[in-house]
Amino acid sequence: MESGVGIQHFMILSTLMFFIGVYGFLTRKNLITILLSVELILNSVNINFVAFNKFLYPENLGGHFFAMFVIAVAATEVSVAIAIIISLYRKLKMIDVENVNEMKY
Amino acid sequence: MENFLYTLIIPVILFFSFIFTGLSGNKFKPAVSGIICTATVFISAALSYWTAYQYFFLHGKVNGVYQIINVYKIEWLKFNETLSIDIGILLDPISVMMMVVITTVSLMVHIYSIGYMKGDSGYSRYFAFLSLFTFAMLGLVLSVNIFMTYMFWELVGISSYLLIGHYYNKPSAVSASKKAFIVTRFADLGFLIGILLLSAFAGTFDFNELTNPNGNAILQSASTTFMGLSAISWALILIFIGCAGKSAMFPLHIWLPDAMEGPTPVSALIHAATMVVAGVYLIARLFPLYVFTSPVALEVVAHVGAFTSLFAAIIACTQTDIKRVLAFSTISQIGYMMVSLGVSGYGAEEGLGYMASMFHLFTHAFFKALLFLGAGSIIHAIHTNEIYSMGNLRKYMPLTHITFLTACLAIAGIPPLSGFFSKDEMLVAVMEKNIFLFAVQYVVAGITAFYMFRLYFTVFWNKDKKYEHVPHESPNVMLITLIFLAVCSALAGLIPFSQFVSSNGVPFSTHIHMNIAIPVVGIALAGILLAYALYKKESLSPEKIKNSLGVFYRSAYRKFYIDEIYIFVTKKIIFNLISVPVAWFDRHVVDNTMNGIAYTTNFVSEKIKYMQSGQLQQYAFIMVAGMILIFLLTLYLIIV
Amino acid sequence: MDLILLILVPVLTLAALMTAGTKAQARMIAAAGTGVQLVLSVYLVIVYLMERGSGNIEQMLFTEKYVWFNTLNIYFSTGVDGISVSLILLTAIVTFTGVLASWDVDYLYKEFFISLIVLSTGVFGFFISLDLFTMFLFYELAVIPMYLLIGIWGSGKKEYSAMKLTLMLMGASAVLLVGLLGIYSYSSPTGATALTFNIIEIANVDIPVEAQRYFFPMVFIGFGVLGALFPFHTWSPDGHSSAPTAVSMLHAGVLMKMGGYGCLRVAMYLLPEAANEMAWIFIILTSISIVYGAFGAIVQTDLKYINAYSSVSHCGLVLFAILMINEIVMNGAVLQMISHGLMTALFFALIGMIYSRTHTRDIREMTGIMKLMPFLSVCYMIAGFASLGLPGLSGFVAEMTIFVGAFQNTDIFHRSVTILAASSIVITAVYILRVVAKILLGPAGDNLPSGIKDAVWNEKVVTIILIVAIAGMGLVPLWLSDMILNSLGPITEKLALIK
Repeated sequence: MESGVGIQHFMILSTLMFFIGVYGFLTRKNLITILLSVELILNSVNINFVAFNKFLYPENLGGHFFAMFVIAVAATEVSVAIAIIISLYRKLKMIDVENVNEMKY
Repeated sequence: MENFLYTLIIPVILFFSFIFTGLSGNKFKPAVSGIICTATVFISAALSYWTAYQYFFLHGKVNGVYQIINVYKIEWLKFNETLSIDIGILLDPISVMMMVVITTVSLMVHIYSIGYMKGDSGYSRYFAFLSLFTFAMLGLVLSVNIFMTYMFWELVGISSYLLIGHYYNKPSAVSASKKAFIVTRFADLGFLIGILLLSAFAGTFDFNELTNPNGNAILQSASTTFMGLSAISWALILIFIGCAGKSAMFPLHIWLPDAMEGPTPVSALIHAATMVVAGVYLIARLFPLYVFTSPVALEVVAHVGAFTSLFAAIIACTQTDIKRVLAFSTISQIGYMMVSLGVSGYGAEEGLGYMASMFHLFTHAFFKALLFLGAGSIIHAIHTNEIYSMGNLRKYMPLTHITFLTACLAIAGIPPLSGFFSKDEMLVAVMEKNIFLFAVQYVVAGITAFYMFRLYFTVFWNKDKKYEHVPHESPNVMLITLIFLAVCSALAGLIPFSQFVSSNGVPFSTHIHMNIAIPVVGIALAGILLAYALYKKESLSPEKIKNSLGVFYRSAYRKFYIDEIYIFVTKKIIFNLISVPVAWFDRHVVDNTMNGIAYTTNFVSEKIKYMQSGQLQQYAFIMVAGMILIFLLTLYLIIV
Repeated sequence: MDLILLILVPVLTLAALMTAGTKAQARMIAAAGTGVQLVLSVYLVIVYLMERGSGNIEQMLFTEKYVWFNTLNIYFSTGVDGISVSLILLTAIVTFTGVLASWDVDYLYKEFFISLIVLSTGVFGFFISLDLFTMFLFYELAVIPMYLLIGIWGSGKKEYSAMKLTLMLMGASAVLLVGLLGIYSYSSPTGATALTFNIIEIANVDIPVEAQRYFFPMVFIGFGVLGALFPFHTWSPDGHSSAPTAVSMLHAGVLMKMGGYGCLRVAMYLLPEAANEMAWIFIILTSISIVYGAFGAIVQTDLKYINAYSSVSHCGLVLFAILMINEIVMNGAVLQMISHGLMTALFFALIGMIYSRTHTRDIREMTGIMKLMPFLSVCYMIAGFASLGLPGLSGFVAEMTIFVGAFQNTDIFHRSVTILAASSIVITAVYILRVVAKILLGPAGDNLPSGIKDAVWNEKVVTIILIVAIAGMGLVPLWLSDMILNSLGPITEKLALIK
């Protein structure tokens, strides 16, 4: 079993997750789903970190730490983002990203 | 050699009286400034007489030759080792002679003005400027350095400007002063360029070196040529343009008649006796340079002078403003001096023309000043300049009449008055050199007598005209000066001038040439008789002659339309064809190019700002597209 | 004398100004500070002359060196020669009179004086710097307050003018900076020593001609824009016309001189080969400036525009003289800077005073002012006479030195452009006398506000100081001219060696 799952599989998984995330980020209109897509991107990176750590440098834990770090940052990010989304909802009564263009020229 | 250092006081004291009167003249009663200025001029005059005595009779001659004495010289502005502007005092026969003329006429004008300007609101200002002018004029004639001459040349120009514009509430006076300054400024440009050329080839500004017949300036002159003439000839011709501007030679004469807008004593001092002869003086000062290096330039001087004297004399016959007649007469007489200078050679007898020219300058100063002051006296009495509003004034103003007549006879060249002698010498000199110029000058002598007596008969004889009030003789303070000047004009000719002034300092003696004198007096008498017939007896009608001359008369009356040509050039060409387009070009082309750069930046920003749409996903899309692009590019580079 | 004092005094004045509460306090502090500066500058001239008199023939006197940024070898090195001493004196005079001329600034008085003094600090720093970098720094320091001064306290199209002026000068300084850095990068061709910004050290180094050809136009144009070089002069009419009185005075009187000084000290001195090679291009441009500015001035109707164009013409003469490359004419260039600085300051001061009484600067609307305000009118005439080069006033000395010097070049090109430049004295007479005749003389106009009073004390002080300086320079020019001439040696020697 060990021999069956190699680093390639992890990378394929993370690449898929990454591009699904990117696709979601570019196409979804709902801010919450966009946030979910961002989470997908972040977590695809986390998978990469852990996988590379496991396969290339098993003796140290840098990749794991980085993954933990990303998770922590993602958590704060989500909390800030949700706060923004909620206040946007209060203001606009919806969370469609195309209508949130207050920051243009 | 006697120490002449006290001559420094002569100009400098006048400068201080100008500063003092100019700064604090309004604090005192007007009469105070008049008296202060007159007193300082009196001191100057007394000192110049003393200097003249010392120079001509005691200390000026070494081995029978009058020396050039540099009394005082300091460096004022240094350019390099050889070129510098020095300030100092140079005494030689002509500068001493000019000093005497200037201080005398200036003193007379000062005294006269005390009466003439009485009650004028700008009384102390007027006297301050008179002092400034006298100072500048003395500086001009006493200068040791051609650049110093240029400085004082400009200063007399500005004081003339200020004095012509004395009645600054009158628009005509203001524009006349402006015109006088700008025309002479234009001529001065020629002078300046001439000096620059001279400095480049002669390597000095100093008169001693420039005019030394054995000096470098003269010996090394013919080196470079430009358009067929040597560079030094060009320099001298350019300097002559400056002289022509100051001395009102054709075609730069147009400012002088207009300058008559100034107070009449000013016209007497500046525009008759002293400043306008500065051009003649300068050529005389540089005479060795002219004679030895550039006969061409001298020929130009002679011919311009001859043409001007004829031209101005013809115009003088048609003018009806008393001061303008005199102004044209001045132009004509200065033309005479130029001709005489222009035909002269260098040496004692050889330089007869030089001597005669200076002699005429000397006598002319007195009788022309007298004519102007006499005219001032008339204007003072009846408040108009029009000669046809005057008549029979000899009844009301006997003294003015007598002195005016003396001056008229003197300028017409009737013996034994001063004009006769100087004119005779000049004509002899011209006769020897150039018969054509002599013919012109001979005719002008007749015309001169004619227009002067036309003036005289119209003003002092005939019937009374309607006067606002009965004309009265002028106050004594004015009459004294008239009498003094009349005596001078009568007797100045008896001075043996050639014993004092000659082109190389060697005295020589002259005598009356009967073969010239008799025809000249003859034509002068003919002129007087014609004037008598036309304007006194009216046996011939001036109107008829006027009509028969037709176009010629009208154009002479309009001064041959020279003014109109000038106005055309300045207004139409300089203003409308150069300045207006330049200003337009600046605002619309140069400036708009600069503004255009700003507008383009603005315009482009305006267009590309829409890229910032505020659409989050659009930004992200561009970012991802960019990443992919870079990825592909890198891939391509790696593969290739 | 410690030159740093010249920076310290304005800085202390600034500190004192921060504490000022009322308008009276602010203007007193400003006047006192600039007054001290003026005294200091006069003292500097005296000690300079004494030092030279005692036989000190160093090129720069009172040199000091402070480390500023060690890694790049930037020092704040100071030192003066005759040229900078005379310009420092000019700056001090104009700043002091400028403060007095803005005695009645209407609003934000404290900020006004602060900006004014920051500006003057920049100018003083510029003239004492011997280091290209600090020179540039002070140059920028002088330009930026200009934006605020015109934009806030100006009149008319002030925002537009301020923006235009600042952008053009900033654009120029961008070009200039490249040029200066270029000189810096070649300042040690052998690599034996560290790169340096020090002018005196660079002068001993031979910068390759190929490099000079790039940097000379950059530096010359960079400084030249400030000296109103055609066709980059258009900031000047708009800038001057919108600026408040004191700013016009300082700007035309002093800032434009920084351009000429920079061209002389950096472009000509440090890049002599290229200067000799390319001078003719700029001679043509400056000749155009001279004549074109004068013709432009003839038709203007706004007093300040007339003066701005006249400044273009006169400053054109400065740059023209610098390019003619010999000792006499460069001496004339510096004299012209001083002369023009004084008389244009006087002009703008007077225009400001007249404007504050008549509320118009349009010459068509004024006539016969001589009757209403004799003192100001007479001063205006004196300024005009100085401008048209009347002997006895400063303009004559400067212009004649330039013409005589320029004519010493023997070729036909230099001589003909000299004649062209000399012809500007006639055109100058035309526009000066036109204004004098139109507004000062003639019958008194009735369309002007009634109850116009003549100059008050501070205005009299301003005009008298400036007129005394103008007449002093015009009557006894020799000491000034000698002081400058003795300092021009190194520059002209370096240029002549190449020739």
